[in-house]
Amino acid sequence: MDNLRVCLLALLSHWRRHPLQFFSILVGLWLATTLWTGVQALNSQARSDYARASAVLAGPAQVQLIPRRGERIPQSAYIGLRRAGWPVSPLLEGRLRFAGEPPISVQLLGIEPLTLPAGLQVAGQSSERLDLASFLGEPGQAWIAPDTLQRLGLQAGDVALTLDGQRLPPLQLQAQLAPGVIVVDIGRAQALLHAPDQLSRLLLPGDFSAPALPPTLLDSLQLQPAADGDDLQRLTDSFHLNLTALGLLAFIVGLFIVHAAIGLALEQRRGLLRTLRACGVSLATLLGTLGLELGLLALLGGLAGVASGYLLASLLLPDVAASLRGLYGAEVAGQLSLSPLWWLTGLAISLLGALLAGASSLLRAARLPLLALAQPQAWRVAQGIWLKRQALVACALLLVAVAVWRYGDSLLAGFALLASLLLAAALLLPALLDGSLALLARLCRGPLSEWFVADSRQQLPALSLALMALLLALAASVGVGSMTEGFRQTFSGWLDQRLAAELYLAPRDGDQANAVIGWLEDQPGVEAILPQRRVELRLQGRPAQLQGIVDHPTYRQHWPLLEAQANAWDKLAAGQGVMLSEQLARHLRITLDATLQLPSETGVQQLPVVALYADYGNPKGHMLVNVDWLRQHWSQAPISNISLRVAPEQVASLKSALEQRFVLEGARLIDQQGLKSWSTQIFERTFAATAALNSLTLGVAGVALFISLLTLGQSRLSQLAPLWALGLSRPRLAWLSLAQTLMLSSLTVLLAMPLGLLLAWCLVAVVNVQAFGWRLPLHVFPVQLLQLALLGLLTSLLAAAGPLWQLARQSPADLLRQFADER
Amino acid sequence: MLIVEDLHKSFATAQGRLPVLRGVQLQLAAGTSLALMGESGSGKSTLLHLIAGLERVDSGRILIHGQPLNGHNEAELARWRREGIGLVFQQYNLISSLNVAANLAFQARLAGRQDAQWQSHLSERLGLAPLLQRYPEQLSGGQQQRLAIGRALAARPQLVLADEPTGSLDETSSEAVLELFLELVREAGSSLLMVTHSARLAARLAHRLYLHQGRVQALED
Repeated sequence: MDNLRVCLLALLSHWRRHPLQFFSILVGLWLATTLWTGVQALNSQARSDYARASAVLAGPAQVQLIPRRGERIPQSAYIGLRRAGWPVSPLLEGRLRFAGEPPISVQLLGIEPLTLPAGLQVAGQSSERLDLASFLGEPGQAWIAPDTLQRLGLQAGDVALTLDGQRLPPLQLQAQLAPGVIVVDIGRAQALLHAPDQLSRLLLPGDFSAPALPPTLLDSLQLQPAADGDDLQRLTDSFHLNLTALGLLAFIVGLFIVHAAIGLALEQRRGLLRTLRACGVSLATLLGTLGLELGLLALLGGLAGVASGYLLASLLLPDVAASLRGLYGAEVAGQLSLSPLWWLTGLAISLLGALLAGASSLLRAARLPLLALAQPQAWRVAQGIWLKRQALVACALLLVAVAVWRYGDSLLAGFALLASLLLAAALLLPALLDGSLALLARLCRGPLSEWFVADSRQQLPALSLALMALLLALAASVGVGSMTEGFRQTFSGWLDQRLAAELYLAPRDGDQANAVIGWLEDQPGVEAILPQRRVELRLQGRPAQLQGIVDHPTYRQHWPLLEAQANAWDKLAAGQGVMLSEQLARHLRITLDATLQLPSETGVQQLPVVALYADYGNPKGHMLVNVDWLRQHWSQAPISNISLRVAPEQVASLKSALEQRFVLEGARLIDQQGLKSWSTQIFERTFAATAALNSLTLGVAGVALFISLLTLGQSRLSQLAPLWALGLSRPRLAWLSLAQTLMLSSLTVLLAMPLGLLLAWCLVAVVNVQAFGWRLPLHVFPVQLLQLALLGLLTSLLAAAGPLWQLARQSPADLLRQFADER
Repeated sequence: MLIVEDLHKSFATAQGRLPVLRGVQLQLAAGTSLALMGESGSGKSTLLHLIAGLERVDSGRILIHGQPLNGHNEAELARWRREGIGLVFQQYNLISSLNVAANLAFQARLAGRQDAQWQSHLSERLGLAPLLQRYPEQLSGGQQQRLAIGRALAARPQLVLADEPTGSLDETSSEAVLELFLELVREAGSSLLMVTHSARLAARLAHRLYLHQGRVQALED
């Protein structure tokens, strides 16, 4: 034990003399842990909110009765069923708006606790344990989650006022309730939602074997079997996997800093290690002490990283929440509430990272002959062997990448392809740089240029990890940037084409739809009324929407098709074909001309696939058929939307008239411009977190380079002092050193560009296809590449500036010390 | 060729300024040699550094062929080191990233005075010819020191400044290396100013100057 203590104190004394290295390791661990835990915090918050959402009413899978048309069921149907012995429990759902800028919209759920199916949990509580007297009595209770309460700026016990002046019962905190939901007694919900005697759904126990519905209700109700209920989780998986991949990349880049700093520290302490061994410290004790020291550093860096990861996640959460809400309709709280397990996991990740980053250095230190002096050229010779091994591993990884690309067929395989490519490129970088410098050396003719290249090669081992980090960060920026920018262009062109109608209307129910259509027929300026009917299906276990449209030039001219048979629109109009969204076709593994089987009310229908179209941003599968064909097989398919072609000058007045006449609030009536700007906003927010993580990763790479140069700067004094003595001025040496750094980073930047484009191709052609089901064309944006290349060089310049400024200001005494007999 | 007049130099320490040289005078004619001797801390190395332009004087003058070194800026001092002198240190200070051949020719090429024949002669005389493709750390101490000597003489400088050039070598090796060194200095036609602790080695040079506490104590011919 004493041995360990003495050994540890001796090792720690190194950091007193080299605070910069100590700082490097801490910064590396701190940044790596920050980015990783930040992303994990976002994912973990979203997933816990999905769990809370599905736990609003959780329990044995429920069978439900839902309306055939529109959104509501008359209360009389519920009473009739109860009288007939059906154990139904009513639910009413709707939205309430509260004051805020913009107004805050919250889902209101009305329940009838006395009839809830046995075993059902409401907001995490068993329905048998509910305090019914308080919930049902006066003044009643409105259950709300803590985050929703905070969003409304209220406190438990307060009475919330809706925008239309209605008072809710006093708010009661329910920690397990989903964000964005308020639960009240159904009678109060009917009053608050202006829906007297109306219900949304009727719940039945999961084990209830339902007899045939009474004939009087057959027309208005349909039985919906228990769903597996994890759609949201499944749909959002790709989104979270993408975030995780970015977080992992940033984590790895952060670990490069740790790896570089630990490697240099060990190199400098080789003399000390030798002395300790000579004094009788066993190799096991020495390695144990080094491990212990690493653990202590990891704990410090990890604690700081977890704290700032929390801060980072808090900053990114609003954008991520908006994306999830916009893309998947998933409610995610605007604030973080993470379990102690998350904090512990963050620390564990930091420890694991430090171990990973330090393990190879420890191994190298244990293998390198301890009696060899710490000389840069010896290090280079040892490094030469490692370069060869690294290059071999890189080649093996490239083979893995090719195999995964050729035979892989999942999102994980897509990420494995990216990881193999990136790692292979990173491992090849030092060998490529060394090779390039060797070629350059052949062209050098003057003493300075020869020294310049030879010295750059000598610096490579110390800088290669930082340069690898720069390569990875820059390639990721190029790849993700090209993908995002390409997607932006494709998406915006697609929106312009697809959103051809001037007004889009989502009627409340069938009656309202008919009333709207009847009224519109008499309005001036309305050029076409295009009602669409929709049924929700499940195909191969995934949700899909079947949409029936009328035959109209609006679709023929504007609906963008990726692949189509000749006369596809004619076949659709004749009910002889179906068009599929690209992602659904991929999911079903169906191509053009194949036959699609659709389970309808009248049996399984078979239709040939006549076209495939892009349907960006829709997590569900989508199909187009002729509306008359749809009604033949789904007689009750409701009108889900009405697109209106309107003379441009009439749009505003017609919109206003529709709003007033049919009380069409907010999202039920939207004009083309509004819809485009809403979609674009969702798009921008979706990539905001990606862009932020990307920039941070590049920043981390910059820090890696800065720290490597700073650490290297100290040891380089002995290399530069002889040149100074031989007649090179300090400013000139500083400029030469700057040029060396820029040359190495320029070569790295140059290699990062094609790697980034390869990455972009993998993202659009492999990862996106697996994650979202759509493939995007690969766009190359030369200006963006140039900007990123300059950014990479600027990062290197900034990283090099500090150490060079130090060198340029180095006093002659420091340089002269290199000539003294003190080494 | 070299005249040092009333040279003063002190360094700042925590206890105030520490005078190292207090009015040193010396002269060195072209083609001659001078051993600089004295106890540790007497100011020998500082005097050498001042003449090399590695440090700046507090007062007094250093004249090279009648031209004062004092007013030179950093770039001019660098040029003086590059073209006018050859430096040999106890710790060799070779460039680890360049091989023996490149190290040997380095300063001569910097000064624009490359003479392939002379360099070939040097490498032969110094026993470096079979080692030209090796790197400094692959050489023994004696070989490294011979390489440092070769580099200093490759440009045939006016003045060679050597600070304990054989201090890292054993007695036998240092004798042999010094013998060779003096011979090559003569062949190069350079003047030599050498710091040494060894009276035996100093006796091989034309003149000896003793420094004591920053002052010239004695000059022997």
